[in-house]
Amino acid sequence: MAAEQVRTGLHFMSGDEACAEGALAAGCRFFGGYPITPSTEIAEHLARRLPEVNGVFVQMEDELASMAIILGASAAGARAMTATSGPGFSLMMENIGLGMMLELPCVVIDVQRGSPSTGLPTMPGQSDVMQARWGSHGDYESIAYAPWSPQEMFDLTIHCFNVADRYRLPVFLLADEVVGHMVERVAVPACDSIEHWERKHAATPPGEHFEPFKITDPDLVPPIVHAGEGYCIHYTGLTHDERGYPDMTAATHNELVTRLVEKVRVNRENIIRTEGYSLEDAEIVVIAYGCTARSARQAVREARQAGIRAGLLRLISLWPFPEEEIARLATRARSLIVAEMNLGQISREVERCARRPARGVFHAGGMMIPPDPILQAIREASA
Amino acid sequence: MTEPILAEHHPLDDLIRADRMPHIWCPGCGIGIAMRCYAQGILDSGLPVKDHVVVSGIGCSGRVAGYMNLDSYHTTHGRAIPFAMGIKLAKPELMVTVFSGDGDLVAIGGNHLIHAARRNIDVKVICINNFNFGMTGGQFGPTTPRGAIATTAPYGNFELPFNLPYLLAAAGANYIARWTTLHARQLKKSILEAFSKPGFTFIEVLAPCPIGFGKSNNINDGLEEMELYRDRCVMARQGEMNPEELEIDLREDKPILIGKFIDRDRPPFHPFMKGQS
Ligand SMILES: Cc1ncc(C[n+]2csc(CCOP(=O)(O)OP(=O)(O)O)c2C)c(N)n1
Ligand code: SF4
Ligand SMILES: [Mg+2]
Repeated sequence: MAAEQVRTGLHFMSGDEACAEGALAAGCRFFGGYPITPSTEIAEHLARRLPEVNGVFVQMEDELASMAIILGASAAGARAMTATSGPGFSLMMENIGLGMMLELPCVVIDVQRGSPSTGLPTMPGQSDVMQARWGSHGDYESIAYAPWSPQEMFDLTIHCFNVADRYRLPVFLLADEVVGHMVERVAVPACDSIEHWERKHAATPPGEHFEPFKITDPDLVPPIVHAGEGYCIHYTGLTHDERGYPDMTAATHNELVTRLVEKVRVNRENIIRTEGYSLEDAEIVVIAYGCTARSARQAVREARQAGIRAGLLRLISLWPFPEEEIARLATRARSLIVAEMNLGQISREVERCARRPARGVFHAGGMMIPPDPILQAIREASA
Repeated sequence: MTEPILAEHHPLDDLIRADRMPHIWCPGCGIGIAMRCYAQGILDSGLPVKDHVVVSGIGCSGRVAGYMNLDSYHTTHGRAIPFAMGIKLAKPELMVTVFSGDGDLVAIGGNHLIHAARRNIDVKVICINNFNFGMTGGQFGPTTPRGAIATTAPYGNFELPFNLPYLLAAAGANYIARWTTLHARQLKKSILEAFSKPGFTFIEVLAPCPIGFGKSNNINDGLEEMELYRDRCVMARQGEMNPEELEIDLREDKPILIGKFIDRDRPPFHPFMKGQS
């Protein structure tokens, strides 16, 4: 990759811009999208930048088409991305399911706003979390990351591409309006220090017998081939066998869908990311992600100053859920608090894994949850 | 009696996934004829087979992707065109054809169809118009002629259908033709023309669906619908596009206009690239 395609150095940029630069640094050369606040700056930035690096920018007629075009581009071998917010994310669900079934890597950025429906277009929300998990019909296991700063908008966008390519599925970056529009310092590393995980390409040369969905590796990920390489491959959203051919039997269906779920589960250690603050001796553990984690960290700091043994577990990845880590924490901590800008989505997961109730600091969205109500919950828990 | 000639190899054998036969189509269905014309077009195109890609949506016509021995993508209902656009823009050297049905391309996928035509993206669309949703059992759709009986139009379809060539002409396609499965030679030739025409091309193929459409509309089998085509079809004079004449109404003894309606050279869609402008 030519160096000018990665803007190495220190920058002052918004999360949305950092996301776009992260995509370029990851080698993304294809964007298809439909404008929507608060993600529009990503499209605008890429509309300017992609033509500079011989990449393709297409503004589509809607989000159904946006999702479909990036899957097509991915099928032809491109690192491809789209960016949206709740209303568009809803429209993408149909073809997200297709991406799961065809196992086509791509990245979907959802800069969350107040929802449901048109909700609060210019204000933050974190209420698409369960949609990112269960939004398309059927069983599948999704992968989602939640950045808490412009720096992470950059870093995690790159990581999303790597994970998508490695495990062959659409991967979500669940940002929020605060992080998307916030302007902060972003360090762009040198081109050659950017991690790049390759797609696992089929070793069989074209023309030889090849079963595209046959699993030989313990990671349960089939090697990929792309349009135009001479494999005459068939991809279908119907239940298919190892040849990729439709096979509408209960047995094949169960085998296929189970593998799609298992391929994420067995590789979860390479996917899940969390970060702890003052967790070592914490009796009260706050769990938060995205912009809310910024307030939670402040609340934990203030609690410590007041002599309360509080800590923060920041979820960098939301899906797959860090079940083991939450279960472990639950055995040591006296109290669990979940702070999130929705009326209790991740808290359900926390309670499921902790096998006991967690205190919730919830807000339906529209404003960032300030440190105070979180600190208040910590005080109540320690009383 | 002459001896039958036994051939070991049919010229199209390599282009069709023999291991997927028998196909799902009903006796008398027209889709296979159109698929055969497409396959012959690929052979005659002179392009290596590996450079041809087919994308389909959902429906009986959408099953074509599964029977062609090409890089083939059977996607979601209505979304074949944007998926195909992704392939084409990521690998412009490929010849990307969308082969799908009237319901898929014009009902649920109608927005993508007109926008792809407006952009004039270099994708080749072959649209099987069998006047109904065949796969789901003969419901009416946006191409069902007025008065026709369908499972969701038991009293006769009271909606007006789309006039596809006229719609596509207004939307901006570079090449527009209409044939029927009776006009296999013309159809193949038309597909070849579309391959060599940069920009968005649209070929409507009227095809019998004796099960979903014929049965309930006094067309007893595939052959009878082919006879209807023979009796009613009239070649259009190229360049003349009278919207009323292009409409299809099976109730009246109205001629069905076929032929090439539009062949023009508007600039095809190219993503802007600084180095190449
Ligand atoms: C989102 C969605 N809605 C509905 C369906 C059900 N469905 C499958 S095929 C079809 C209609 C296909 O009609 P057409 O494209 O004309 O194909 P034909 O079978 O006539 O060739 C419908 C409604 C579906 N598969 N997906
Ligand atoms: S239902 Fe109609 S379109 Fe479908 S296979 Fe049968 S005849 Fe063909
Ligand atoms: Mg039809």
